Amino acid sequence: MTDVSPVSDPYVLRVNGREHRIEDSWLGESLLFVLRERAALPGAKGACEQGECGSCTVVMDGRAVCSCLVLAASAVDTDIVTVEGLGRDGSLSDVQRAFLDEGGVQCGFCTPGFIVAVHHLLEHNPAPSDHEIREALSGNICRCTGYGRILEAVHNVVVRRRGS
Amino acid sequence: MSVDLGVRNRPGTLGTNADRPDGVAKVQGGFAFSSDMWADNMLWGATLRSPHPFARIVSIDVSAAWKIPGVATVVTAEDVPGEPNYGLIMQDQPVFAAVGDHVRYCGEPVAAVAADHPETCRRALAAIVVRYEILEPVVDPERCVDGSAPEVHPAGNIYRHQRIVTGDIDATGDVVVEGHYEIGMQDQAFLGLESALAVPDPDGRGVELYVATQWLHEDRKQIAACLALPEESVRLVLGGVGGAFGAREDISLQVHTCLLAMRTGRPVRIAYDRAESFYGHVHRHPARIFMRHHATRDGRIVKIESRMVFDGGAYCSTSPAVLINGITHAQGPYKCDNAVVDGWAVRTNNPPCGAMRGFGVVQACYAHESQMDKLAAACGVDPVDIRLLNAMETGDRLITGQVVDSVAPVTECIRRTAEIPLPPPLPDDVDPLELPGGTGLTADRRHVRRGVGWGVSIKNLMYSEGFDDYSTARCRISDGVVTLKFATAEVGQGFVMLAQQIARTVLGIDEVLLDTIDTGVGSAGSTSASRQTWMSGGAVKMACDAVKARLLDHVSTTHGVDRDSLDIVDVEVVGDGFRIPVSEAVRGFTADETVEYHHPTTAELDENGQGNCHVAFAFVAHRAVVDVDPDLGLVKVVQIATAQDVGRVLNPISCLGQVEGGIAQGLGLAVMEEIVVDNGKVRNPSFTDYLLPTFLDAPRVEVVFVEQHEPKAPLGAKGVGEPPCISVTPAIANAIRNATGRELPRVPIRPHDVCL
Repeated sequence: MTDVSPVSDPYVLRVNGREHRIEDSWLGESLLFVLRERAALPGAKGACEQGECGSCTVVMDGRAVCSCLVLAASAVDTDIVTVEGLGRDGSLSDVQRAFLDEGGVQCGFCTPGFIVAVHHLLEHNPAPSDHEIREALSGNICRCTGYGRILEAVHNVVVRRRGS
Repeated sequence: MSVDLGVRNRPGTLGTNADRPDGVAKVQGGFAFSSDMWADNMLWGATLRSPHPFARIVSIDVSAAWKIPGVATVVTAEDVPGEPNYGLIMQDQPVFAAVGDHVRYCGEPVAAVAADHPETCRRALAAIVVRYEILEPVVDPERCVDGSAPEVHPAGNIYRHQRIVTGDIDATGDVVVEGHYEIGMQDQAFLGLESALAVPDPDGRGVELYVATQWLHEDRKQIAACLALPEESVRLVLGGVGGAFGAREDISLQVHTCLLAMRTGRPVRIAYDRAESFYGHVHRHPARIFMRHHATRDGRIVKIESRMVFDGGAYCSTSPAVLINGITHAQGPYKCDNAVVDGWAVRTNNPPCGAMRGFGVVQACYAHESQMDKLAAACGVDPVDIRLLNAMETGDRLITGQVVDSVAPVTECIRRTAEIPLPPPLPDDVDPLELPGGTGLTADRRHVRRGVGWGVSIKNLMYSEGFDDYSTARCRISDGVVTLKFATAEVGQGFVMLAQQIARTVLGIDEVLLDTIDTGVGSAGSTSASRQTWMSGGAVKMACDAVKARLLDHVSTTHGVDRDSLDIVDVEVVGDGFRIPVSEAVRGFTADETVEYHHPTTAELDENGQGNCHVAFAFVAHRAVVDVDPDLGLVKVVQIATAQDVGRVLNPISCLGQVEGGIAQGLGLAVMEEIVVDNGKVRNPSFTDYLLPTFLDAPRVEVVFVEQHEPKAPLGAKGVGEPPCISVTPAIANAIRNATGRELPRVPIRPHDVCL
């Protein structure tokens, strides 16, 4: 057994514009674990722990990352956006609305990661080709939908944003 | 996507794209999956598993684990208070393998711990010392069939052997084609890993379990038996389920979590990681199938001979039922009078196998559809024409002697699939990203070959062989609000949405609340076998009908209107010269009805495999278009066209989602997905090494729904979940054969199968 305490000094994470003081965190905890278990933000999901499935996708300083692969302590002093931070005042974002309208949600486990990834994609590329959409979202696995309705949801948002 | 998604009825009723009641929470990240459950004073649990596929446990020393600060308890087989074993059909699987007994598969649970942090759990598991006497694993199912393998379990190495013999067994055809086929072990790979939270009762005499499962009541029965508790002391609540596909039908962590909670008197959560999930649930049976078709010179099937061996792995799970599904679907959706089919499901030291979407029919379909293309070639007939020539119809007799009394639009499924336009040929200046290999930019356009292939299937709906898999539903109305309660596991398919649609349609009331899905009402049966739309949909409809009858009685009495003339039409109660809004009729009215829906009884097969063993059938056709890079063996599935017999579309977008999702899983089995097992050990228990279809692998899917209302079904609708993933696999295989000329007897078809 180690003599060193496994508990880290407290640190602060800035998530969805709010500061979360993280107490009692153990050394080595991933950003995903801390968001879910210590910051009461369970939206990001864990499904592979290897960065293969994208269920844990969050945006960190403008980059979409797999939060399962990020050491929580290394996220100090970054701006983190999770699925919980996307709609304003509890309302749905256009991407969230489109996922519902087009049938992009079944079991919903991949959904938060997809929603974050789609927001991120469309911020950087407001008019992606189908191939660009598929390529950008190929790091997010969905086992229920076969991706067809998710593709429609992205199309839906692109069209609506273009019109507005 | 070419399906009419037009909305004709009142929003939210049957036939419309109703909103999912869980949808907003799911897109906002607030939906509580079982892995999100949390309780004050909660401990984490974890499971120690055998690293060996077959070994005798000499000793287990847990003393060092107990000494680790933060460890609350350590449990082994000795701590299981009730039945030491569980199982869906045969109770042969130990809660924990015991000292003196055997571990029979790599990953079998040996002990469990509860502690203050997942890391403490890992350290505690590492501190448990288990001494094994390692044995040579039995991994070849044929050695179980021929009896030469040592006994894996006292119950024997054969789960079930069943023959089907019908008609003239000496009949022969002018044309004979045959083949040996093999199907690899597929994983359901739901995204939401196994997880549960157990909360012990304060008096220590019961437990509440929040769990992602497919069948709450069956879980409860098995948990209660293992914990030596009365069933009413074990209360199960459905935690949010992140997909299922068959993998949540069996017990995984349920007993362990409850046991740890009862022992510590504290809430315990167990959450598997992906590697543990590969060990923690059953998989699709790998199978070896020999099939021989006799046919007339013009291609009419005369006789089918087949031998099927399903490797059930170390414990029984549902292997006997999977086997029966396989052999009883050997003929596919085709007329056949004469057959000799022999099937075995056997026990080995490979990972346990059980339910996965398609349940035995996937394996049989791969063989019969591979055969149909061989038959077409041998007779010089087009692959579409040979299927049309033999297509089954309502009233035909199966090789089990059962008459197909379901709507059976096989011909229409094939014809309407054939009418879907093929994709344009690959242009010479195609974007190289669209070629097989994609962004790897490995393919040379000039070498790429396109192929087209077909697959058609029949799939039984509901449980078979005399099983009464009834469903219960309760409908209450009070102050104009309808509340439904059922124990139907919502696993993503959208039953919660369908239940509301049914109530709105029957009762003319838009506000329909859903009570918690738990064991506080009777069983709904399992969310499997394409059965919940039919069974739980039937139960919800019956319960709503019962409330409706009470309401009409009430209206008749209070308004003095002839009862027989009354009905609910849209949102009004209408009778002879009478019309009031339902919202007015229900003022001050209360009713509360609980009903059970049972399907017609079925029979077990006799020694010749004869009997009315299935309830109903659904049919589907698939056409696959693939591009193949023959140099590297890479395959791109370009398009899947499909026409599916659904009875009636109750929710267009939901049906479409089931079809597209099932096709992706069938594509996975065709060209990507396999659990690689080497001498009993899983070599790829991760999403890095077990390859799932991504966005870039998903083909364009063109869907037609064949709507011929099924008179036997309570809503006229057949289950739509399983058929999409069944014949798409051989359709893709046939397309690759068409492109390459190779026989390709095995799925998944790997690059070296194509190019070497």
